[in-house]
Amino acid sequence: MKRKGKHKSIAQKIYSRKLMLPAAAIYVVIFVIPTFSSFFFSFTRWTLKDWEWIGLDNFITFFQEPSLLIGLKNTILYGAMTCGLKVVIALLLAILLTRGWKIEGYLRTVIFIPTIISTIAIGLMFKSFMHPTNGIINQALDQLGIGSVFWLTDKRLALLSVALVDVWKGLGVATLIYVAGIKGIDRTYTEAAEIDGASGVQRFRYITLPLIRPAMNSVLILSLIGGLRNFDLIWVMTGGGPGFTTDLLTTVIYKQYANGLYGLSTAGNVILFLVVALIAFPVYYYLTKKEEVY
Amino acid sequence: MNKRVKRLIFQVIAVLVTLVAYIVPFYFIILTACKNKKEASWLNLSLPTEWKLFENIKEVLTVNDGMIIRAFFNSLVLTVCSVLIIVVVTALLAFVMQRRNDRSTRLFSLLILAGLIVPSSVVPTYWVLDFLHISKTIVGLIIVEVALNISFATILYRGFMGSIPQAIDEAAIIDGCGTGKLFMKIILPLLKPVTATVAVVSTLHVYNDFVNPLYYLPGAKNATIQLSIYYFSGQYGSDWNLVFADILLISIPVVVMYVVFNKQIVEGMVAGSVKG
Repeated sequence: MKRKGKHKSIAQKIYSRKLMLPAAAIYVVIFVIPTFSSFFFSFTRWTLKDWEWIGLDNFITFFQEPSLLIGLKNTILYGAMTCGLKVVIALLLAILLTRGWKIEGYLRTVIFIPTIISTIAIGLMFKSFMHPTNGIINQALDQLGIGSVFWLTDKRLALLSVALVDVWKGLGVATLIYVAGIKGIDRTYTEAAEIDGASGVQRFRYITLPLIRPAMNSVLILSLIGGLRNFDLIWVMTGGGPGFTTDLLTTVIYKQYANGLYGLSTAGNVILFLVVALIAFPVYYYLTKKEEVY
Repeated sequence: MNKRVKRLIFQVIAVLVTLVAYIVPFYFIILTACKNKKEASWLNLSLPTEWKLFENIKEVLTVNDGMIIRAFFNSLVLTVCSVLIIVVVTALLAFVMQRRNDRSTRLFSLLILAGLIVPSSVVPTYWVLDFLHISKTIVGLIIVEVALNISFATILYRGFMGSIPQAIDEAAIIDGCGTGKLFMKIILPLLKPVTATVAVVSTLHVYNDFVNPLYYLPGAKNATIQLSIYYFSGQYGSDWNLVFADILLISIPVVVMYVVFNKQIVEGMVAGSVKG
């Protein structure tokens, strides 16, 4: 008993909590405290120096003003679109990238490049490609006789166009997560199935797909959270326009902050927090529960 | 059809698709950055009649009394300071968290994990910085970048710490090492591979960050590099040759990093996200 007690105290001394202090202090002061206080300030009219309690007024304004509410709708739509496309396209790419092709290395390097380039640079690039009159995409479509598409100026299309660029940029990481998952599958499973006469499609459906479930969940959760929190790409490509049709919660937060309506901006932040929490946590819980079944 | 021929055809198709989807956009950027203003405005893939890459870069660099050069300097200071602090404080944090593994540290690690999911609250963060008298300063921005990168860095470090047997610590302690010596002389050198990954990936995060400088260090005068290109494109939006020369310029550092640290970047981005 005595020895055990002594050993514990040595461990406590060696692994002193004091060492956690620098990181913990920065994290708590700059991230945790603002997150908690945002709940309070979302119920106030706030000038940074002074605040006045106004109850639910900010939230009522938010849900009554169509130009603000559209941010909520678009955020969910954008998250769903980017996430769905990434989950499916990256899986297809990953399958192609694990067939032992000679060009595997080339393909991997190429699709990963957009990941490292800044979102602002990518956004500006595609803003020029999607230029309504002389963007390179419309030039190509003209050549094919399809005619111009108003990627970023058509109200019904603009959000989707930005989502497609997002998918293009994010495919690299998503694909490599899948590739790691597929490569981790024990070859004996697929070999056994092959001997039993399972076709390629059957092998994929009944062996690969269930076994890469964890990888798929990672891709899904990651791209969902990334999509819900996106700001830079939409801001540099459309700025929320035309009108307010591509505003996301994040751009609403920025615009209200720029207007000096700090309480309203913070209410937007709280709504974003709730959206991410209400979507991401249940999805995560549901997926990991399903994971255990296999 | 012959299986090998089929395989070859698939590969050729894959290469063609990536050529159009990935190579052409970047080729287009470089090409346009070499053109004069008029030819650049056509936004097509024709070769420039006169190669003006260096003139364009020179013009970009001299715009607004060298705004871009100052921005490069600011981003350099921001990135180097942030990454150094991230590495030091999270290595220490993960060291204690992984080795203690008691209730309080497990609770704290949940709080850290939440940082990967929860969006940061903008105005309250600004309010805290203001309270500390570091709003709209580079110091304030550095602290914010550190805070927002702690989560992913801690997860990488803690995962790697788990692979260092505790018997090593015990041997060192028996030989008379204190905490400081144990960490500096034994643990830190063993953490080298993951330190490289954390440093490289957080360099990319901080250098490419746009949102936080926009909120916490606004203004064209003292911009970081991502803000500078944003302001620049607002001012010279129709001079695509200059905009793309600027994009080229600010992407050179990350492309060089990608070539040199390819393994760390890919590993760090994939592992960091999966474990989260």
